[in-house]
Amino acid sequence: MDLKNTSDFVSGFWSMYVIVITLVSVLGCGVFLLLQDKAKTNAGNTTGHVWDENLEEYNNPLPNWWRWMFYITVVFALVYLALYPGLGNMAGSFGWTMRGQYEGEMKKADEQYGPIFKKFQSQDIRAVAANSEAKEMGQRLFLTYCAQCHGSDARGAKGFPNLADQDWLFGGTPAQIQESIAKGRDAAMPAKGIKPDLNGDQIKDLANYVRSMSGLAADSIRIQRGKELFAVACAACHGPDGKGMLGVGPNLADKTWLYGSSESEIVETITKGRINRMPAFGEFLGDAKVHLLTAYVYGLGGGVKEDAPAAAPAATAAEPSPVAEKK
Amino acid sequence: MLSHDKIERSVPLLIVLTIFTVAFGGLVEIVPLFFQKSTTTPLNNLVKPYDPVRLAGRDIYIREGCYNCHSQMIRPFRAETERYGHYSVAGEFVYDHPFQWGSKRTGPDLHRVGGRYSDQWHYTHLMNPRDVVPESNMPAYPWLDRPLKEPNIGAKMAALRAVGVPYTDKDIADAPKAVEGKTEIQALIAYLQGMGLALKQTR
Repeated sequence: MDLKNTSDFVSGFWSMYVIVITLVSVLGCGVFLLLQDKAKTNAGNTTGHVWDENLEEYNNPLPNWWRWMFYITVVFALVYLALYPGLGNMAGSFGWTMRGQYEGEMKKADEQYGPIFKKFQSQDIRAVAANSEAKEMGQRLFLTYCAQCHGSDARGAKGFPNLADQDWLFGGTPAQIQESIAKGRDAAMPAKGIKPDLNGDQIKDLANYVRSMSGLAADSIRIQRGKELFAVACAACHGPDGKGMLGVGPNLADKTWLYGSSESEIVETITKGRINRMPAFGEFLGDAKVHLLTAYVYGLGGGVKEDAPAAAPAATAAEPSPVAEKK
Repeated sequence: MLSHDKIERSVPLLIVLTIFTVAFGGLVEIVPLFFQKSTTTPLNNLVKPYDPVRLAGRDIYIREGCYNCHSQMIRPFRAETERYGHYSVAGEFVYDHPFQWGSKRTGPDLHRVGGRYSDQWHYTHLMNPRDVVPESNMPAYPWLDRPLKEPNIGAKMAALRAVGVPYTDKDIADAPKAVEGKTEIQALIAYLQGMGLALKQTR
Protein backbone atom coordinates (compact mmCIF):
# COMPACT_ATOMS: atom_id res chain seq x y z
CA MET A 1 0.00 0.00 0.00
CA ASP A 2 1.75 3.07 -1.24
CA LEU A 3 0.06 6.16 0.14
CA LYS A 4 2.99 8.45 -0.55
CA ASN A 5 2.91 8.47 -4.32
CA THR A 6 0.28 10.89 -5.53
CA SER A 7 0.70 10.96 -9.29
CA ASP A 8 1.28 7.37 -10.23
CA PHE A 9 0.44 7.30 -13.92
CA VAL A 10 0.86 3.99 -15.70
CA SER A 11 3.22 5.71 -18.14
CA GLY A 12 5.03 9.00 -18.57
CA PHE A 13 2.76 9.82 -21.47
CA TRP A 14 -0.10 10.84 -19.18
CA SER A 15 2.04 13.29 -17.30
CA MET A 16 3.03 14.98 -20.57
CA TYR A 17 -0.58 14.84 -21.72
CA VAL A 18 -1.75 16.79 -18.68
CA ILE A 19 1.12 19.29 -18.93
CA VAL A 20 0.57 20.00 -22.62
CA ILE A 21 -3.21 20.43 -22.39
CA THR A 22 -2.98 22.61 -19.29
CA LEU A 23 -0.30 24.90 -20.68
CA VAL A 24 -1.94 25.14 -24.10
CA SER A 25 -5.23 26.10 -22.42
CA VAL A 26 -3.71 28.75 -20.17
CA LEU A 27 -1.49 30.26 -22.84
CA GLY A 28 -4.30 29.92 -25.38
CA CYS A 29 -6.51 32.12 -23.21
CA GLY A 30 -3.75 34.73 -23.08
CA VAL A 31 -3.18 34.65 -26.83
CA PHE A 32 -6.89 34.80 -27.53
CA LEU A 33 -7.21 37.87 -25.37
CA LEU A 34 -4.26 39.48 -27.13
CA LEU A 35 -5.92 38.87 -30.50
CA GLN A 36 -9.22 40.26 -29.29
CA ASP A 37 -7.37 43.32 -28.08
CA LYS A 38 -6.22 43.91 -31.62
CA ALA A 39 -9.62 43.29 -33.20
CA LYS A 40 -11.29 46.28 -34.72
CA THR A 41 -13.58 48.08 -32.35
CA ASN A 42 -15.57 51.18 -32.86
CA ALA A 43 -16.51 52.95 -29.67
CA GLY A 44 -20.05 54.27 -29.59
CA ASN A 45 -21.21 52.37 -32.70
CA THR A 46 -23.03 49.08 -32.92
CA THR A 47 -21.81 45.83 -34.47
CA GLY A 48 -24.49 46.14 -37.09
CA HIS A 49 -26.36 43.00 -35.99
CA VAL A 50 -30.01 43.34 -35.08
CA TRP A 51 -31.74 40.53 -33.13
CA ASP A 52 -35.37 40.19 -32.25
CA GLU A 53 -36.41 43.23 -34.28
CA ASN A 54 -34.54 45.94 -32.37
CA LEU A 55 -31.88 44.38 -30.16
CA GLU A 56 -28.45 45.77 -31.01
CA GLU A 57 -24.96 45.42 -29.55
CA TYR A 58 -22.30 48.07 -29.12
CA ASN A 59 -18.91 47.34 -30.59
CA ASN A 60 -16.94 48.90 -27.73
CA PRO A 61 -13.39 47.90 -26.81
CA LEU A 62 -12.96 45.65 -23.74
CA PRO A 63 -12.89 47.65 -20.51
CA ASN A 64 -9.34 48.05 -19.22
CA TRP A 65 -10.03 46.77 -15.70
CA TRP A 66 -11.49 43.58 -17.16
CA ARG A 67 -8.68 43.12 -19.67
CA TRP A 68 -6.01 43.48 -17.02
CA MET A 69 -7.81 41.19 -14.62
CA PHE A 70 -7.75 38.55 -17.36
CA TYR A 71 -4.01 38.99 -17.97
CA ILE A 72 -3.38 38.77 -14.22
CA THR A 73 -5.40 35.55 -14.10
CA VAL A 74 -3.22 34.01 -16.78
CA VAL A 75 -0.03 35.03 -14.99
CA PHE A 76 -1.44 33.80 -11.68
CA ALA A 77 -2.24 30.41 -13.20
CA LEU A 78 1.33 30.00 -14.49
CA VAL A 79 2.88 31.07 -11.18
CA TYR A 80 0.53 28.75 -9.28
CA LEU A 81 1.40 25.80 -11.49
CA ALA A 82 5.10 26.44 -10.91
CA LEU A 83 4.69 26.52 -7.11
CA TYR A 84 2.09 23.82 -6.51
CA PRO A 85 1.48 20.38 -8.02
CA GLY A 86 -0.76 20.55 -11.06
CA LEU A 87 1.33 19.86 -14.10
CA GLY A 88 1.38 16.06 -14.45
CA ASN A 89 4.05 14.54 -12.26
CA MET A 90 5.67 17.86 -11.43
CA ALA A 91 5.54 18.44 -7.68
CA GLY A 92 5.80 22.23 -7.74
CA SER A 93 8.66 24.11 -6.12
CA PHE A 94 6.90 24.42 -2.74
CA GLY A 95 6.80 20.62 -2.44
CA TRP A 96 3.23 20.89 -1.13
CA THR A 97 1.10 17.77 -0.82
CA MET A 98 -2.33 17.25 0.66
CA ARG A 99 -0.90 14.44 2.77
CA GLY A 100 1.94 16.63 3.97
CA GLN A 101 -0.49 19.32 5.03
CA TYR A 102 -2.59 16.75 6.90
CA GLU A 103 0.43 15.30 8.65
CA GLY A 104 1.58 18.78 9.62
CA GLU A 105 -1.83 19.48 11.10
CA MET A 106 -1.73 16.22 13.06
CA LYS A 107 1.79 16.88 14.27
CA LYS A 108 0.86 20.33 15.51
CA ALA A 109 -2.16 18.95 17.35
CA ASP A 110 -0.02 16.22 18.83
CA GLU A 111 2.46 18.76 20.16
CA GLN A 112 -0.37 20.75 21.67
CA TYR A 113 -2.52 18.00 23.15
CA GLY A 114 -0.05 15.10 23.36
CA PRO A 115 1.44 16.16 26.72
CA ILE A 116 -2.03 16.43 28.29
CA PHE A 117 -2.97 12.92 27.16
CA LYS A 118 0.43 11.65 28.25
CA LYS A 119 0.10 13.15 31.69
CA PHE A 120 -3.14 11.28 32.30
CA GLN A 121 -1.97 8.12 30.61
CA SER A 122 0.80 7.72 33.15
CA GLN A 123 -1.65 8.00 36.04
CA ASP A 124 -3.76 5.25 37.56
CA ILE A 125 -7.35 5.04 36.25
CA ARG A 126 -8.73 5.82 39.71
CA ALA A 127 -6.62 8.97 39.92
CA VAL A 128 -7.65 10.07 36.43
CA ALA A 129 -11.31 9.45 37.26
CA ALA A 130 -11.01 11.86 40.18
CA ASN A 131 -9.46 14.64 38.06
CA SER A 132 -11.96 17.23 36.83
CA GLU A 133 -10.00 18.18 33.69
CA ALA A 134 -9.79 14.50 32.71
CA LYS A 135 -13.48 14.16 33.36
CA GLU A 136 -14.28 16.98 30.96
CA MET A 137 -12.04 15.47 28.29
CA GLY A 138 -13.54 12.05 28.93
CA GLN A 139 -17.03 13.40 28.55
CA ARG A 140 -16.23 15.02 25.21
CA LEU A 141 -14.73 11.75 24.00
CA PHE A 142 -17.71 9.82 25.32
CA LEU A 143 -20.17 12.10 23.50
CA THR A 144 -18.25 11.67 20.25
CA TYR A 145 -17.62 7.94 20.29
CA CYS A 146 -19.93 6.24 22.81
CA ALA A 147 -23.14 8.23 23.17
CA GLN A 148 -24.68 6.82 19.97
CA CYS A 149 -25.34 3.54 21.80
CA HIS A 150 -24.95 4.21 25.51
CA GLY A 151 -26.71 7.59 25.43
CA SER A 152 -25.35 11.02 26.23
CA ASP A 153 -26.05 10.36 29.94
CA ALA A 154 -24.42 6.90 29.67
CA ARG A 155 -27.64 5.33 30.90
CA GLY A 156 -28.08 3.17 27.84
CA ALA A 157 -31.27 2.07 26.15
CA LYS A 158 -33.04 -1.18 25.41
CA GLY A 159 -30.28 -3.49 24.25
CA PHE A 160 -27.53 -1.05 25.20
CA PRO A 161 -26.20 -1.31 28.73
CA ASN A 162 -26.38 1.42 31.33
CA LEU A 163 -22.82 2.40 32.27
CA ALA A 164 -23.74 4.62 35.19
CA ASP A 165 -25.14 1.97 37.50
CA GLN A 166 -23.46 -0.64 39.66
CA ASP A 167 -24.29 -3.48 37.36
CA TRP A 168 -21.65 -4.90 35.04
CA LEU A 169 -21.90 -7.61 32.43
CA PHE A 170 -18.16 -7.83 31.85
CA GLY A 171 -16.83 -6.29 35.02
CA GLY A 172 -16.47 -2.80 36.42
CA THR A 173 -12.86 -2.73 37.52
CA PRO A 174 -10.56 -0.36 35.60
CA ALA A 175 -8.82 -3.24 33.84
CA GLN A 176 -12.11 -4.85 32.81
CA ILE A 177 -13.58 -1.58 31.54
CA GLN A 178 -10.41 -0.85 29.60
CA GLU A 179 -10.54 -4.27 27.99
CA SER A 180 -14.19 -3.83 27.04
CA ILE A 181 -13.44 -0.53 25.29
CA ALA A 182 -10.20 -1.54 23.62
CA LYS A 183 -11.06 -5.07 22.54
CA GLY A 184 -14.84 -4.96 22.44
CA ARG A 185 -17.19 -7.62 23.76
CA ASP A 186 -19.33 -10.21 22.06
CA ALA A 187 -22.34 -11.72 23.67
CA ALA A 188 -24.67 -14.32 22.27
CA MET A 189 -27.56 -15.94 24.04
CA PRO A 190 -28.59 -18.88 21.89
CA ALA A 191 -32.26 -19.17 21.02
CA LYS A 192 -33.97 -21.36 23.62
CA GLY A 193 -30.82 -21.57 25.70
CA ILE A 194 -29.11 -24.93 25.34
CA LYS A 195 -32.35 -26.81 24.89
CA PRO A 196 -33.47 -26.21 21.29
CA ASP A 197 -36.61 -28.37 21.62
CA LEU A 198 -38.39 -26.03 24.05
CA ASN A 199 -41.98 -25.46 22.96
CA GLY A 200 -43.99 -22.27 23.28
CA ASP A 201 -45.66 -23.30 26.51
CA GLN A 202 -42.38 -24.23 28.13
CA ILE A 203 -40.89 -20.88 27.14
CA LYS A 204 -43.79 -19.17 28.83
CA ASP A 205 -43.13 -21.25 31.96
CA LEU A 206 -39.50 -20.13 31.87
CA ALA A 207 -40.46 -16.50 31.42
CA ASN A 208 -42.71 -16.67 34.45
CA TYR A 209 -40.02 -18.30 36.52
CA VAL A 210 -37.47 -15.68 35.46
CA ARG A 211 -39.90 -12.91 36.42
CA SER A 212 -40.48 -14.50 39.80
CA MET A 213 -36.75 -14.44 40.54
CA SER A 214 -36.74 -10.67 40.78
CA GLY A 215 -40.07 -10.50 42.55
CA LEU A 216 -42.25 -9.66 39.55
CA ALA A 217 -45.76 -11.02 39.30
CA ALA A 218 -45.92 -14.50 37.78
CA ASP A 219 -48.16 -17.55 37.50
CA SER A 220 -47.36 -19.93 40.36
CA ILE A 221 -47.93 -23.15 38.40
CA ARG A 222 -45.76 -21.90 35.57
CA ILE A 223 -43.09 -20.91 38.10
CA GLN A 224 -42.90 -24.49 39.32
CA ARG A 225 -42.61 -25.93 35.83
CA GLY A 226 -40.22 -23.16 34.76
CA LYS A 227 -37.89 -23.83 37.64
CA GLU A 228 -37.23 -27.38 36.45
CA LEU A 229 -36.71 -26.24 32.87
CA PHE A 230 -34.35 -23.48 34.00
CA ALA A 231 -31.95 -25.97 35.53
CA VAL A 232 -31.71 -27.77 32.18
CA ALA A 233 -31.84 -24.96 29.63
CA CYS A 234 -30.44 -21.85 31.31
CA ALA A 235 -28.41 -22.64 34.42
CA ALA A 236 -25.28 -23.43 32.46
CA CYS A 237 -24.78 -19.72 31.77
CA HIS A 238 -27.01 -17.94 34.24
CA GLY A 239 -26.12 -20.15 37.21
CA PRO A 240 -28.41 -22.48 39.13
CA ASP A 241 -29.83 -19.58 41.15
CA GLY A 242 -30.08 -17.27 38.12
CA LYS A 243 -27.57 -14.86 39.56
CA GLY A 244 -25.42 -15.06 36.46
CA MET A 245 -21.73 -15.37 35.80
CA LEU A 246 -19.59 -12.41 34.86
CA GLY A 247 -19.00 -12.30 31.12
CA VAL A 248 -21.02 -15.49 30.55
CA GLY A 249 -24.63 -14.90 31.48
CA PRO A 250 -26.26 -11.89 33.12
CA ASN A 251 -27.86 -11.95 36.52
CA LEU A 252 -31.59 -12.61 36.07
CA ALA A 253 -32.50 -12.17 39.72
CA ASP A 254 -31.98 -8.40 39.99
CA LYS A 255 -33.93 -5.37 38.82
CA THR A 256 -31.88 -4.55 35.71
CA TRP A 257 -33.39 -5.62 32.40
CA LEU A 258 -31.46 -5.04 29.20
CA TYR A 259 -34.20 -6.28 26.87
CA GLY A 260 -37.27 -5.66 29.00
CA SER A 261 -38.97 -7.46 31.87
CA SER A 262 -42.49 -8.03 30.55
CA GLU A 263 -43.50 -11.61 29.92
CA SER A 264 -43.70 -11.03 26.17
CA GLU A 265 -40.26 -9.46 26.05
CA ILE A 266 -38.72 -12.32 28.01
CA VAL A 267 -40.52 -14.82 25.76
CA GLU A 268 -39.03 -13.03 22.75
CA THR A 269 -35.57 -13.13 24.30
CA ILE A 270 -35.79 -16.85 24.98
CA THR A 271 -37.41 -17.70 21.65
CA LYS A 272 -35.08 -15.78 19.37
CA GLY A 273 -31.97 -15.50 21.51
CA ARG A 274 -30.00 -12.27 21.74
CA ILE A 275 -26.84 -11.41 19.88
CA ASN A 276 -25.04 -8.26 20.82
CA ARG A 277 -21.67 -6.68 20.36
CA MET A 278 -19.61 -3.91 21.78
CA PRO A 279 -17.23 -3.00 18.93
CA ALA A 280 -13.50 -2.78 19.66
CA PHE A 281 -12.22 0.79 19.81
CA GLY A 282 -8.59 0.18 20.76
CA GLU A 283 -7.03 0.50 17.31
CA PHE A 284 -9.17 3.43 16.28
CA LEU A 285 -8.86 5.55 19.42
CA GLY A 286 -5.38 4.64 20.59
CA ASP A 287 -4.24 3.90 24.15
CA ALA A 288 -4.35 7.48 25.45
CA LYS A 289 -8.01 8.07 24.60
CA VAL A 290 -9.04 4.61 25.76
CA HIS A 291 -7.36 5.39 29.07
CA LEU A 292 -9.33 8.61 29.48
CA LEU A 293 -12.59 6.98 28.47
CA THR A 294 -12.01 4.13 30.89
CA ALA A 295 -11.54 6.64 33.67
CA TYR A 296 -14.65 8.53 32.61
CA VAL A 297 -16.82 5.41 32.57
CA TYR A 298 -15.25 4.19 35.80
CA GLY A 299 -16.01 7.56 37.40
CA LEU A 300 -19.66 7.59 36.35
CA GLY A 301 -20.52 6.04 39.65
CA GLY A 302 -20.60 2.37 38.88
CA GLY A 303 -16.89 1.63 39.02
CA VAL A 304 -15.90 -1.34 41.11
CA LYS A 305 -13.33 -0.10 43.58
CA GLU A 306 -11.27 -3.21 44.19
CA ASP A 307 -10.03 -5.69 41.66
CA ALA A 308 -12.41 -8.00 43.42
CA PRO A 309 -13.32 -11.57 42.50
CA ALA A 310 -15.39 -11.86 39.37
CA ALA A 311 -18.66 -12.46 41.19
CA ALA A 312 -18.47 -9.20 43.10
CA PRO A 313 -20.51 -6.92 40.80
CA ALA A 314 -23.57 -9.05 41.33
CA ALA A 315 -23.53 -8.21 45.01
CA THR A 316 -24.64 -4.58 44.61
CA ALA A 317 -27.15 -4.98 41.85
CA ALA A 318 -27.04 -6.78 38.59
CA GLU A 319 -28.26 -7.45 35.17
CA PRO A 320 -30.90 -9.87 34.10
CA SER A 321 -32.28 -10.69 30.73
CA PRO A 322 -30.20 -13.02 28.70
CA VAL A 323 -26.94 -11.62 27.57
CA ALA A 324 -25.61 -8.46 26.21
CA GLU A 325 -22.39 -6.66 26.50
CA LYS A 326 -21.56 -4.01 28.95
CA LYS A 327 -18.47 -1.93 29.22
CA MET B 1 -9.36 33.60 -38.01
CA LEU B 2 -12.87 32.60 -36.93
CA SER B 3 -14.74 35.73 -36.26
CA HIS B 4 -17.45 36.11 -33.66
CA ASP B 5 -19.78 36.91 -36.48
CA LYS B 6 -19.15 33.68 -38.33
CA ILE B 7 -19.52 31.41 -35.27
CA GLU B 8 -22.68 33.12 -34.23
CA ARG B 9 -24.39 32.63 -37.55
CA SER B 10 -23.62 28.92 -37.92
CA VAL B 11 -25.34 26.60 -35.44
CA PRO B 12 -23.27 23.47 -36.29
CA LEU B 13 -20.03 25.41 -35.89
CA LEU B 14 -21.23 26.83 -32.59
CA ILE B 15 -22.12 23.33 -31.33
CA VAL B 16 -18.78 21.85 -32.35
CA LEU B 17 -16.75 24.65 -30.80
CA THR B 18 -18.84 24.60 -27.60
CA ILE B 19 -18.31 20.86 -27.14
CA PHE B 20 -14.62 21.30 -27.88
CA THR B 21 -14.32 24.01 -25.22
CA VAL B 22 -16.30 22.16 -22.58
CA ALA B 23 -14.43 18.90 -23.23
CA PHE B 24 -11.07 20.43 -22.34
CA GLY B 25 -11.65 20.34 -18.61
CA GLY B 26 -12.70 16.71 -18.73
CA LEU B 27 -9.82 15.73 -20.98
CA VAL B 28 -7.28 16.90 -18.48
CA GLU B 29 -9.14 16.23 -15.22
CA ILE B 30 -11.03 13.00 -15.88
CA VAL B 31 -9.35 10.99 -18.62
CA PRO B 32 -5.92 10.66 -16.92
CA LEU B 33 -7.61 9.15 -13.82
CA PHE B 34 -8.23 6.00 -15.82
CA PHE B 35 -4.46 5.63 -16.18
CA GLN B 36 -3.42 6.08 -12.56
CA LYS B 37 -2.60 3.09 -10.39
CA SER B 38 -4.03 4.63 -7.21
CA THR B 39 -7.45 5.12 -8.80
CA THR B 40 -7.71 1.85 -10.73
CA THR B 41 -6.23 -0.81 -8.44
CA PRO B 42 -7.63 -1.92 -5.06
CA LEU B 43 -5.82 -0.34 -2.13
CA ASN B 44 -5.19 -3.66 -0.39
CA ASN B 45 -6.67 -7.14 -0.21
CA LEU B 46 -9.43 -5.93 2.09
CA VAL B 47 -11.01 -4.07 -0.82
CA LYS B 48 -13.29 -6.68 -2.40
CA PRO B 49 -16.21 -6.60 -4.81
CA TYR B 50 -19.58 -6.41 -3.05
CA ASP B 51 -21.09 -9.79 -2.29
CA PRO B 52 -24.70 -10.16 -3.51
CA VAL B 53 -26.31 -9.19 -0.19
CA ARG B 54 -24.17 -6.07 0.17
CA LEU B 55 -24.81 -5.16 -3.43
CA ALA B 56 -28.56 -5.42 -2.81
CA GLY B 57 -28.00 -3.28 0.30
CA ARG B 58 -26.16 -0.68 -1.73
CA ASP B 59 -29.12 -0.46 -4.10
CA ILE B 60 -31.43 0.14 -1.14
CA TYR B 61 -29.01 2.83 0.05
CA ILE B 62 -29.40 4.49 -3.34
CA ARG B 63 -33.16 3.93 -3.54
CA GLU B 64 -33.78 5.52 -0.14
CA GLY B 65 -31.57 8.47 -1.04
CA CYS B 66 -29.17 8.00 1.86
CA TYR B 67 -26.53 9.88 -0.15
CA ASN B 68 -28.66 13.02 0.08
CA CYS B 69 -27.64 13.42 3.71
CA HIS B 70 -24.62 11.15 4.16
CA SER B 71 -21.27 11.39 2.44
CA GLN B 72 -18.80 8.55 2.08
CA MET B 73 -15.67 10.62 1.80
CA ILE B 74 -13.52 11.45 4.81
CA ARG B 75 -11.30 14.37 3.94
CA PRO B 76 -7.70 14.60 5.17
CA PHE B 77 -8.40 17.05 7.99
CA ARG B 78 -7.80 16.29 11.65
CA ALA B 79 -11.34 17.31 12.55
CA GLU B 80 -12.63 14.54 10.30
CA THR B 81 -10.12 11.78 10.96
CA GLU B 82 -10.49 12.14 14.75
CA ARG B 83 -14.19 11.56 14.43
CA TYR B 84 -14.50 9.09 11.58
CA GLY B 85 -11.14 7.38 11.16
CA HIS B 86 -8.51 7.33 8.41
CA TYR B 87 -9.22 9.63 5.47
CA SER B 88 -10.62 8.03 2.33
CA VAL B 89 -8.32 7.11 -0.53
CA ALA B 90 -9.17 6.39 -4.17
CA GLY B 91 -8.09 2.74 -4.08
CA GLU B 92 -10.93 1.93 -1.70
CA PHE B 93 -13.61 2.77 -4.26
CA VAL B 94 -12.44 0.80 -7.30
CA TYR B 95 -15.47 -1.54 -7.16
CA ASP B 96 -18.01 1.23 -6.57
CA HIS B 97 -20.05 1.84 -9.71
CA PRO B 98 -21.27 4.44 -9.12
CA PHE B 99 -19.43 5.63 -6.04
CA GLN B 100 -21.56 7.07 -3.23
CA TRP B 101 -19.24 9.86 -2.12
CA GLY B 102 -22.06 12.35 -1.83
CA SER B 103 -21.55 16.05 -1.36
CA LYS B 104 -23.74 16.95 1.56
CA ARG B 105 -23.66 16.07 5.24
CA THR B 106 -26.90 16.53 7.08
CA GLY B 107 -25.94 13.33 8.84
CA PRO B 108 -22.41 12.14 9.55
CA ASP B 109 -20.01 10.66 7.03
CA LEU B 110 -20.52 6.92 6.66
CA HIS B 111 -17.34 5.80 4.96
CA ARG B 112 -15.88 4.09 8.06
CA VAL B 113 -19.15 3.11 9.69
CA GLY B 114 -18.41 -0.58 9.10
CA GLY B 115 -17.97 -2.33 12.45
CA ARG B 116 -18.44 0.90 14.37
CA TYR B 117 -21.84 -0.18 15.73
CA SER B 118 -23.48 -3.54 16.30
CA ASP B 119 -25.98 -4.98 13.82
CA GLN B 120 -28.58 -4.60 16.55
CA TRP B 121 -27.80 -0.89 16.82
CA HIS B 122 -28.29 -0.39 13.08
CA TYR B 123 -31.58 -2.25 13.19
CA THR B 124 -32.92 -0.18 16.07
CA HIS B 125 -31.54 3.02 14.55
CA LEU B 126 -33.06 2.47 11.10
CA MET B 127 -36.43 1.50 12.55
CA ASN B 128 -36.47 4.65 14.65
CA PRO B 129 -33.28 6.71 15.09
CA ARG B 130 -34.66 8.42 18.19
CA ASP B 131 -34.66 5.13 20.07
CA VAL B 132 -30.87 5.27 20.31
CA VAL B 133 -30.02 8.89 19.54
CA PRO B 134 -32.77 11.09 21.04
CA GLU B 135 -31.55 14.28 19.32
CA SER B 136 -31.34 12.69 15.86
CA ASN B 137 -33.25 14.30 12.98
CA MET B 138 -32.85 11.34 10.66
CA PRO B 139 -36.11 9.95 9.29
CA ALA B 140 -37.17 6.45 10.35
CA TYR B 141 -37.19 3.67 7.76
CA PRO B 142 -39.58 1.15 9.32
CA TRP B 143 -40.67 -0.28 5.96
CA LEU B 144 -37.24 -1.76 5.36
CA ASP B 145 -38.10 -4.74 7.57
CA ARG B 146 -39.71 -6.58 4.67
CA PRO B 147 -38.54 -9.35 2.34
CA LEU B 148 -35.82 -8.39 -0.09
CA LYS B 149 -36.91 -8.71 -3.72
CA GLU B 150 -33.88 -9.00 -5.96
CA PRO B 151 -34.86 -11.07 -9.01
CA ASN B 152 -32.19 -9.32 -11.10
CA ILE B 153 -29.23 -9.64 -8.79
CA GLY B 154 -27.34 -11.82 -11.32
CA ALA B 155 -27.93 -9.32 -14.10
CA LYS B 156 -26.73 -6.49 -11.87
CA MET B 157 -23.53 -8.37 -11.15
CA ALA B 158 -23.05 -9.14 -14.83
CA ALA B 159 -23.44 -5.45 -15.60
CA LEU B 160 -20.84 -4.58 -12.98
CA ARG B 161 -18.55 -7.20 -14.44
CA ALA B 162 -18.86 -5.46 -17.78
CA VAL B 163 -17.38 -2.32 -16.22
CA GLY B 164 -14.53 -4.17 -14.60
CA VAL B 165 -15.64 -5.75 -11.30
CA PRO B 166 -14.09 -9.23 -11.22
CA TYR B 167 -17.14 -11.40 -10.50
CA THR B 168 -16.80 -15.01 -11.60
CA ASP B 169 -19.55 -16.97 -13.37
CA LYS B 170 -19.98 -18.92 -10.14
CA ASP B 171 -20.41 -15.71 -8.11
CA ILE B 172 -23.19 -14.66 -10.44
CA ALA B 173 -24.82 -18.11 -10.53
CA ASP B 174 -24.83 -18.32 -6.71
CA ALA B 175 -26.14 -14.79 -6.21
CA PRO B 176 -29.91 -15.48 -6.19
CA LYS B 177 -29.41 -18.06 -3.45
CA ALA B 178 -27.35 -15.66 -1.36
CA VAL B 179 -30.08 -13.01 -1.25
CA GLU B 180 -32.87 -15.52 -0.71
CA GLY B 181 -34.79 -15.10 2.52
CA LYS B 182 -33.06 -11.84 3.46
CA THR B 183 -34.92 -8.72 4.42
CA GLU B 184 -34.15 -5.29 3.00
CA ILE B 185 -32.90 -4.05 6.34
CA GLN B 186 -30.51 -6.99 6.65
CA ALA B 187 -29.07 -6.22 3.23
CA LEU B 188 -28.66 -2.55 4.06
CA ILE B 189 -26.98 -3.35 7.38
CA ALA B 190 -24.65 -5.79 5.63
CA TYR B 191 -23.70 -3.00 3.22
CA LEU B 192 -23.10 -0.53 6.05
CA GLN B 193 -21.08 -3.01 8.09
CA GLY B 194 -18.78 -3.70 5.13
CA MET B 195 -17.95 -0.07 4.54
CA GLY B 196 -14.47 1.37 4.86
CA LEU B 197 -12.85 -1.66 6.45
CA ALA B 198 -9.71 -1.42 4.31
CA LEU B 199 -8.15 1.30 6.45
CA LYS B 200 -10.17 0.82 9.61
CA GLN B 201 -7.24 -0.23 11.77
CA THR B 202 -4.87 2.38 10.36
CA ARG B 203 -4.45 5.57 12.28
